[in-house]
This record gives sequence, structure tokens and C-alpha cells, in this order.
Amino acid sequence: MITSALWTHLIKDLRIEWRSKEAINSMLFFALLVVVLFSLAFDPRGAFAREIAGGVLSVATMFASVSALNQAWAREIRHQVLDAQRMTPAPGAELYLAKVLANFLFVTIVQVLLAPVFLVMYNLSVQGQAWELAVVLPLGTWALVANGTFFAALSIRSRNRELLLPLILFPIFVPALLAMVQATTAILTGESDPTLWIKLLVGYDIIFTTVSLLLFDVILHAE
Amino acid sequence: MTAQAPATAGKAVCARVEQVSKLFGSFAALRQISVDLTPGRCYVLLGENGAGKSTLLRILAGLLRPTHGSVKVFGDFEPQQMRERIAYMSHAPMLYDELTGQENLRYFASLYPGRHCLSPEEALKQVGLDPDLNRPLGQYSQGMRQRASLARVLMPVPELLLLDEPFSNMDIESARQMVSMLAGFRRADRTIVLTTHQRELAAPIADWVLTLHAGRVASFEPGSPMQ
Repeated sequence: MITSALWTHLIKDLRIEWRSKEAINSMLFFALLVVVLFSLAFDPRGAFAREIAGGVLSVATMFASVSALNQAWAREIRHQVLDAQRMTPAPGAELYLAKVLANFLFVTIVQVLLAPVFLVMYNLSVQGQAWELAVVLPLGTWALVANGTFFAALSIRSRNRELLLPLILFPIFVPALLAMVQATTAILTGESDPTLWIKLLVGYDIIFTTVSLLLFDVILHAE
Repeated sequence: MTAQAPATAGKAVCARVEQVSKLFGSFAALRQISVDLTPGRCYVLLGENGAGKSTLLRILAGLLRPTHGSVKVFGDFEPQQMRERIAYMSHAPMLYDELTGQENLRYFASLYPGRHCLSPEEALKQVGLDPDLNRPLGQYSQGMRQRASLARVLMPVPELLLLDEPFSNMDIESARQMVSMLAGFRRADRTIVLTTHQRELAAPIADWVLTLHAGRVASFEPGSPMQ
């Protein structure tokens, strides 16, 4: 059952990020770098730009968010705060869900800040229904952070956690990445219907969020 | 070798540790420890580094599970089932550097729904910290962090208080203040288990002194607490 502890965790995470700005700053610079490097490497213009834009945006978000996902739990491990949380009667699922919501918000902020740069550098004009991007991007971002938060918690006690997280996360994220890229490309080019890919993203999000919520207590209390 | 606890027949038991061993890979941190803890007593764990003191505390806290043997608290419960009645203070502060003392305590207080907790202000005052100190914990001195950490564990008014090296990083005067605070806590029929390398500091509240050596109980002697 979700109680007020979810909001307590969420407000705490937002307050800490507001003061440190660690996650957003590192993600933003990394994502900008990826977007700029891709634009230099491919010299995207016109129809070609619209075809690769979805992939570039998804990959930039994916790589950038890994640093934030690792930091989210590293903050809890520092000074053994996670042990103090484990000692409280609050359910672990709420801690997980609050972290997912916080990470979702951070990644979304980065995407919003990145969007104008992206549109200018890739000289994009949307040929399909632009509003559908407002459905696809949050769904894809949720898939990334719901899985990423879970696997970051799984790998947090490992010495090679920075390496381990992408190794576990990226293969599992492939179906959602594919759906996100195809749906974004379909919307930008206007050449096909993204509905099937959106449905796939919805299904993926429901399944992986539910499984992560159910298993998180096991991860949290693992030695 | 099995070290037996002093007889507790006829008395209620706050925690019962029976034949507990803890292995980390092939390393045995604890070997067949048996101890009964009675309410309203203070137990001081002594021993060199690596003797198993912290491991025993973490097992009592429910943060580790014994490899062999069993731990029961407040009757027949696993420590994991009784989290709200047990508090554990490690040598790390277990608080966020980015938040103030009061924000940290408010956060933890709201993770104990339905339990009567001290207010964060009250808990901070008890340990001698100014509740209105508007500085993130990262800017506190080591001693102040230790006090804030103690305030965190005192806040939910636990019945079993586990303290790992509570006097480290503290000056003598602050440590003595902490001891007198813990004496008051013990008088309220609550149990304290603390580890320390400074035996003389804990002596005024030590009802029992348990010395560990290489994961075994080397001795279990009565202390001479001040009443």
C-alpha cells in the first residue's frame, strides 16, 4: 500500500537535488555533448535529420541518465543512510517509487532543456502529430528510469557498479529503446503510425514497474 | 567453543542470541555466540578490531542474518519484524550531508507512521544541538554529526538501542554528557548495547561487559554501574 512515506522520500530527493544539482548538471552536459557530437559526425539535414533524430535523442537520454541513476543510490550508501532506512518500518517499495519519480523528473527536465538545442542543431520540423511526442517521450523515459533505478539498486553494493549498471540495464531496455526510437521517428517523419510502438511502451512500463515494485524489498534487504 | 550468557531465568528477555555464527565467505566473524539481553540493562561490548562487535550489533538490528543460529527479540520475533522498536547507530552518521539536522530528523520521523516519536526539535535538544541551526549536516563537526546521529536513534523511542562506537570523534565532556543521557534512557527500562574501545567512558552505565575475541565470547562479566 502506498502511504505518505512515498512523498517523504520524494520531497527529500528533490530537496537534495535542488541543493546539490549533481544529477541534472551531469546529465545535461553529457546529453548536450552526445547531441553535438552526433550532429557533427552525421551532418544531419532535412529528411535524414528526421530519420536519425529519434535514435540520437533516445541514446543521449539513455547514456546521460546512467550517471544520475548511479548517483541516486550512491547518495543513500554514503554514510550508510540506506541502513537507517532499512531499520524503519516504511515499505521499501515506496522508497523505490519515490526514486523513480525523482529520476523521471530529473531526466524530463534535461529533455526539456535539451529540446531547443536539439531542434536547432538538427534543423527539425515535425511532419506527423507533434503532440504524440508528449506521450512517447515520457513513456520511454519512464521505462528507462523504472528499470534503471531498480538495477542501480541491485548493483549498488558492487565495486564495479558504474560499469555493471549499463551492462545490465541496456540489454533489458532494448525493447523500450526500439519502441521509443521507432515511435519518435514515425512522428517526426509522418510516414507511419506510431500507435503500435506506443502500446508496446505502455505494456513494457506496466510490466517492468510492477515486477520492480514487487521485488524491490528483496533487493533492499539483501546482504 | 560456546560462550554461555549469564542466567536470566525468571526474567523477561529483550533479545535472545542462540548459537549465532556469521560467515563472510570463509571468514568467521562470529562463532557460536549465545547471549540473553534483559530489559533496562546496558551491555558494553569490548574487543579488538575485527572481534565481531559490529557484526553482532548488525545481526541484532536485523541488518544481517546469522549464517547459523537464531536471534529473537521481544519474545519470539525476528529483528526484521520489530524494526520500529529497535534503533541502530553506526559509526557513520547515517544522515544526509545536504540536509540540516532538523530536516534529516523530520525525514526519518515521517518513516515511523503510527509510532509515537519525539519531535525532531526535542530529540536535537536532548543531545545538546540547536534545532534551529540552519546549516547542512556536511558542515557540522564530527562530534556534532555524532550527536545528530544519536538524536536520530533516540527519536523513535526504541526499546532496544544499539550503538556502534558512540563515543568516537567526541571530546571527553561530550562523551560524558552522552553517557548521562543514556543512563536516563536505561532507567526507562530500555535496553542498550554499545560497542566501544573506551571502556572507562561506558563504565558508569555498564551493567554487563561482554568481551569478544576472534568472534567468540572471551568473557561476560557484571559491570559496576552508578545508580
